[in-house]
Amino acid sequence: MNVSRTLATAGRVLTQIRHDPRTVVLLLIVPSLLIGLVAWIFSDTAVFETVGPAMIALFPFIVMFLVTSITTLRERRTGTLERLLSMPLGRGDLILGYTLAFGLLAVLQSSIAVLFAVTVCGLSIAGSIWLLVAVAVADAVLGTTLGLLASAFARTEFQVVQFMPLLVFPQILLGGIFLPRDQLPAVLQAIGDALPLSHAIDALTAVATGSHDDAYVVGELLVILAWIAGAVVLASLTLRRRTP
Amino acid sequence: MEHFVEPAVSVSDLHARRGSRKVLDALSLTIPAGLVVGLIGPSGSGKTTLMRAIVGVQVVQSGSVSVFGQPAGSASLRRRVGYVTQEASVYDDLTVRQNLDYFRAVLGAGRADVGRVLEATDLGPNAGQLTGSLSGGQRSRVSLAVALLGSPELLVLDEPTVGLDPVLRRDLWALFHRLAAGGTSLLVSSHVMDEAARCDRLLLMRGGEVLADDTPDGLLAATGTTDIEAAFLTLIEERE
Ligand SMILES: Nc1ncnc2c1ncn2[C@@H]1O[C@H](COP(=O)(O)OP(=O)(O)OP(=O)(O)O)[C@@H](O)[C@H]1O
Ligand SMILES: [Mg+2]
Repeated sequence: MNVSRTLATAGRVLTQIRHDPRTVVLLLIVPSLLIGLVAWIFSDTAVFETVGPAMIALFPFIVMFLVTSITTLRERRTGTLERLLSMPLGRGDLILGYTLAFGLLAVLQSSIAVLFAVTVCGLSIAGSIWLLVAVAVADAVLGTTLGLLASAFARTEFQVVQFMPLLVFPQILLGGIFLPRDQLPAVLQAIGDALPLSHAIDALTAVATGSHDDAYVVGELLVILAWIAGAVVLASLTLRRRTP
Repeated sequence: MEHFVEPAVSVSDLHARRGSRKVLDALSLTIPAGLVVGLIGPSGSGKTTLMRAIVGVQVVQSGSVSVFGQPAGSASLRRRVGYVTQEASVYDDLTVRQNLDYFRAVLGAGRADVGRVLEATDLGPNAGQLTGSLSGGQRSRVSLAVALLGSPELLVLDEPTVGLDPVLRRDLWALFHRLAAGGTSLLVSSHVMDEAARCDRLLLMRGGEVLADDTPDGLLAATGTTDIEAAFLTLIEERE
């Protein structure tokens, strides 16, 4: 682990993204637009008040997972990953560098999404808005680190894409958006309760509705942070310098 | 010619497969230090696979590859070996200078190194240009420039001169010999037989085996031919 190599990698990833303004715009506003679409769909009902917080968890998470997987896929495809791994760059430096760069984007993206949901879509927030933003950012960073984990596990570029349905879709289905988790069959409920996206959805819903105190939300936030740390460590350990 | 110094690379009984295909089968060879060694062979003969094994990014089934006496891919070698992959491996969405700055930071080389490699690869005028907007030959020179950063002791160059005009090719070969004169060991793969004549030694590969390991003159004398291409064909016919 080396701080200057990690920061150099984060800086490089951000410079790459800066050269591509369209990606920056998509990354920053697409989640907000999707949240707006959901609010519009339910505009004549009270449904958005219940699903709105879950949408703040869902869209940034998916977008960050996708953007991260695609960026690292490109790194694999162009041979720069192979080159980097033949150099004195720690695997952890690479993974952490990516996490930092996309983490910074996640802060912007989630802040915009929360601001948009509250001011434009009229989502009411009973608890602390800062806590809401903090959970939303952690959730987006979670999307990034799971994307990195998927890419590290993959041995070929096709596998990277195959991990998306495997890692993301079950979390959406079992997160309690379609059916509250306590109404799921016992086994699915147990799985759903353990998945990280569920913690983000629960925490965001709790802040928005004021159903739990801040201590509960902070506890959920810590669980998400633990998942982030776990994904970073696991991704660093699974990335292989040698490929077939 | 006897070499009493430690070889740059020694490969012994190396087996490697790509997919389900045996590419290197019981391959053994040594690459002497401080010379420009050409790795010549038809497409698919396993040149890239051998180079990947030397750099330590290829999964091998058995056998050993050592570089400067240490197992290929060891952490301590990562600063001492520079690798140019067959396809230019650089970031298209960074400028030439940004690419070099990043890889320089990864290697922990001095800032002044960027200017040195820009000059060596004649890329100075393009330093501020996006790498993706360069011509093919310019892009592959950026890839070469990255490998020169930090002045590695062994350079593994996979077809570094493909797509370059004769003047640039001559200049790069002059650079390779200057580096070798300064003590750097180079392994350079090529399809182009006239480039083979510019190497200090040649390894002719075919079907994952070494057909010949000799100086260009030694090879011509042994096969009774006058150019490397004819020597290569003679060797193949002798085998069949
Ligand atoms: N990723 C891969 N998966 C499966 N087989 C591969 C892969 N890469 C190469 N091969 C096979 O391995 C063999 C050796 O390939 P290699 O790239 O080492 O050859 P080469 O001598 O470098 O060829 P060229 O001169 O065309 O670059 C070839 O038969 C090739 O089809
Ligand atoms: Mg090749």
